[in-house]
Amino acid sequence: MSADAGTDADAGADVGAYADTETGADTDADANTAPDATATAAAAATAPAGTPPDATPWRRLHPLSLLVTAQLLAGAAFGAGVPVGAGLAAHIPFRAAVAWVLAGSALLLAGGLALDVLRLRHTRYRVGAERVELRTGVLFTTRRSLPRDRIRSVDLTAHPLLRLLGLVKVRIGTGDQTAGGESPLQLSPVRRAEGESLRRELLRRAGPAAGGSTEGRLAALVPRWIRYAPLSFLTPLLAMTGWGAVMQVSQWFGAEETVVDLVRDTFSPLPAGWTVLALTLLFLSAGVVGSFGTWAEMWWNYRLEREPDGTLRVRRGLLTTRSISLEEARLRGVDVVEPLGVRLSGAARVDAVATGLSRRDSEENDLSTLLPAAPRAVADEVAARVLRAPVALTRPELAPHPRAALARRLRWSLGAALVPVAVLLLLAAALSVRGLAYAGAATAAVLLPAAALLARDAYRSLGHGLAGPYLVVRSGTLRRSTVALRRDGVVGWTVRQSLFQRRAGLVTLRATTAAGAQAYAAYDVGEAQGLRFAEEAVPELLAPFLVPDDGAVEQPAERTCPDRWSPVRT
Amino acid sequence: MQVVGIDREGRNRGPGPAGLRLRPPHHRVDRRAVAWWRTRLLLAAAVPAGVLAVLGALLGPARFWLLVAGAGVAAAGLAAGLGLPAWYYRVHRWEVTDDAVYVRTGYFWVDSRIAPMSRIQTVDTERGPLQRAFGLAAVTVTTASAKGALRIEALDHEEAAELAEQLALATQKTPGDAT
Repeated sequence: MSADAGTDADAGADVGAYADTETGADTDADANTAPDATATAAAAATAPAGTPPDATPWRRLHPLSLLVTAQLLAGAAFGAGVPVGAGLAAHIPFRAAVAWVLAGSALLLAGGLALDVLRLRHTRYRVGAERVELRTGVLFTTRRSLPRDRIRSVDLTAHPLLRLLGLVKVRIGTGDQTAGGESPLQLSPVRRAEGESLRRELLRRAGPAAGGSTEGRLAALVPRWIRYAPLSFLTPLLAMTGWGAVMQVSQWFGAEETVVDLVRDTFSPLPAGWTVLALTLLFLSAGVVGSFGTWAEMWWNYRLEREPDGTLRVRRGLLTTRSISLEEARLRGVDVVEPLGVRLSGAARVDAVATGLSRRDSEENDLSTLLPAAPRAVADEVAARVLRAPVALTRPELAPHPRAALARRLRWSLGAALVPVAVLLLLAAALSVRGLAYAGAATAAVLLPAAALLARDAYRSLGHGLAGPYLVVRSGTLRRSTVALRRDGVVGWTVRQSLFQRRAGLVTLRATTAAGAQAYAAYDVGEAQGLRFAEEAVPELLAPFLVPDDGAVEQPAERTCPDRWSPVRT
Repeated sequence: MQVVGIDREGRNRGPGPAGLRLRPPHHRVDRRAVAWWRTRLLLAAAVPAGVLAVLGALLGPARFWLLVAGAGVAAAGLAAGLGLPAWYYRVHRWEVTDDAVYVRTGYFWVDSRIAPMSRIQTVDTERGPLQRAFGLAAVTVTTASAKGALRIEALDHEEAAELAEQLALATQKTPGDAT
């Protein structure tokens, strides 16, 4: 550590004070709510510097970070400078505009670099025997400390520039969901070797406990899987984004009309129908190319491994490489997800159902993905291997739900399909336009069969069953999801019954859990069927509250004893 | 899984040991809850109705429609205030056994929630100003699942405090982080 003397002395004093506040305030708070101890500067100052400081030396982030920052700033300056320059050039001489833009860019670069120098100089971290500590901040110092036995994940990412310099960004997470707004501890950047050794060191503790077989590689990329990439619902979105980008750039140069004219001139010789067809094809192929690109960037070099330290590790990425670790002790099951397009081509992806993936992580979605869309058999196989199950849990014969569930789905989907039809027909009647009536009939002819098919498919997706230590529920049509959830991961049940469900003898049964989506449902299961399933999945929990259904409307006895909360045994 | 007493469609059919359902929890919430819910609903309706009435008195041109809207809000509030609390009181029940907490709530959608004692993480009691006026308190029991909270809306406040304490004691006996 070649820091100047001033900061070092500073650090020494702080360490003493800090260690004291740590032992004093945090040990008891840890147990319930506060995994990240952010001792404030004030607290550190007032605390007596009595306790001996932890001897572990503080480490710094890698100074090459400055190069990365410079590059990012240059990119930002270019991105902002070009449109601003183009705008200015319309009003003042070209040279003056360039000069202004260059001056602004230089200022941005210098300011940003100065800030980054400050950030680097004031950021330190260390890995002690008990805790990982991070101090950041120039004006407002933040000190965060994670108890090592709470660390659940150490993820490494590196975008191309970081890779070029041999650096990685490290995120150390506790996987604690209950503390709202808690973010992982970030070290950005450190050397790749340092990141890897941090990962090994911090996750090692779980090693001997996990034991069992270490099969090493569970799955690796087969490049052919790229064929499932365009089937995503994102494909048209990507095409739209591409078009948006073209329009945005042309707007900077005041060339929107040129672009529109160009498109019009290209297609004007063609009849209208062909134009629409050609544009649709162009649009779609742009989307397909985009989805191929995205897929390659996300999944290139993908492999899923079981590490000897008891974690599952996903490594992937073409330009930006990512290494995501998931402690097996946090795994409560898997979710085999089949979006409609992917399902029709016989594929599925596998998500982890794990505790402590924060809400944001789940929305970013790819952090919990263990396997990208791959042939269904592969997905089932990988799911089974991840869970160390001897058979494919996600493909057992599931018990179907009552036919009444089909009737409900038919009613919903036909009802939804009839809305546009009814609107068209009403308009036709009100305006007496015959064309609208035809349009209504055509809409009905297309939408109603589609709705019926979807309803039937949704019904056939429904299912539930038990497989060893797991319960399995399946539902959904546009996004069919088969969840295998550890039965000992169920922390409660919610049985919901609407008035209509009651008439049909159905209930929606939800197993609540600390993992993944927090609750997984068997929709529209038969009342007795569902309750029996729940009782079998988690024995003894529901039994005291179940009664034989003899059709009688029972009035529960009102208890008026003084200790009304005392246990009631049945 | 073919069980006698359940027809092919999984419904309960006739008497027999195999037909199953969840019985309601044993205890109702405190009787004063009805008055509390009623007051809350009436207040919720009275505020917009009052605003509409005042506006109607002040603004000549729109008076008729403002007063009609105000009367509509007032009538809806009155109807809800008279009907809903009694309905909710009939549905909303709770029970605590040695092993589990069981709460039922809802109108059109009736939710029966069950959490095992060993998975309970926190027990909170809570009193708003209006609840205080009626001497009531709510008890919320949370588990490690964000979608697994159980809430008993209205107990006598002393009873609520005692229940919370007892639940806290019972859950302390279980080690681990209840996930």
